[in-house]
Amino acid sequence: MIKRILLLAVLLVLAWLLWSGLYKPLLLGLGVFSCLLTLYVVRRMGYFDNEVFALRYNLRLVGFWGWLGREIVKSSIEVAQIVLRPSLKVEPKVVALGADDLEPLDQALLGNSITLTPGTLTLDVHEGRILVHSLTAAGADAVLEGEMKRRVSALRQG
Amino acid sequence: MDLALDIGSWILLTLGGVSVLIGGIGALRMPDLYSRMHAASVTDSMGAILIILGVMLQAGLSLATIKLAAILLFLLFTSPTASNALASAALLAGNKPRAEVPDTPETSQ
Repeated sequence: MIKRILLLAVLLVLAWLLWSGLYKPLLLGLGVFSCLLTLYVVRRMGYFDNEVFALRYNLRLVGFWGWLGREIVKSSIEVAQIVLRPSLKVEPKVVALGADDLEPLDQALLGNSITLTPGTLTLDVHEGRILVHSLTAAGADAVLEGEMKRRVSALRQG
Repeated sequence: MDLALDIGSWILLTLGGVSVLIGGIGALRMPDLYSRMHAASVTDSMGAILIILGVMLQAGLSLATIKLAAILLFLLFTSPTASNALASAALLAGNKPRAEVPDTPETSQ
């Protein structure tokens, strides 16, 4: 555990020095403060106690981001059309998507991806159920159909 | 080449600005909190992506572009997290969506 704390501390300090590029006492002090604060917060989150947040992903994550990017573009255009239509008619729908077969980090990834695409919004994740608010019934059906969930769980395999 | 980059970046920045504007209009026109958040997420996702990509084209191949990429990445991690926090806080506070909510342990208490 000490080893993991030290490793993260070194990475954080290096990241700060690289991004900042200014070596004045004030900024270095702020850097030290930020690094210590991060270590404290991350420790409280239980980062050092288990492997939840381990980076197990690979290039497939980049493929997922590409797909997600296309989804964001498509749904942004749909939401923009709804927003700009003179007669504003909104019939939202709330559905629950079962995701208890996914690992906690993947549930978070799925929940965030749903929120990131305009038109669908994650209300709550509780005991493996993701509550999704959708602007249209079609959007809710697309979430329940589960293509995004399949793609998220495919990130783990192999 | 420079002209092509400039044109590309103008297009991205303009589209990004339009996305932000549409998100703003939507946030004003939509009837309730959750629908407003849908409109705002056009600003959050589309607007942020397009504007940062546009600025990256202006910055060229430099450390600034890498920093911008990092900013975009972290923005795309944190903004949905903030939206989730807002949405579940609203739900817990009793702000009912204009739709039927399936029973969950937290909402049915």
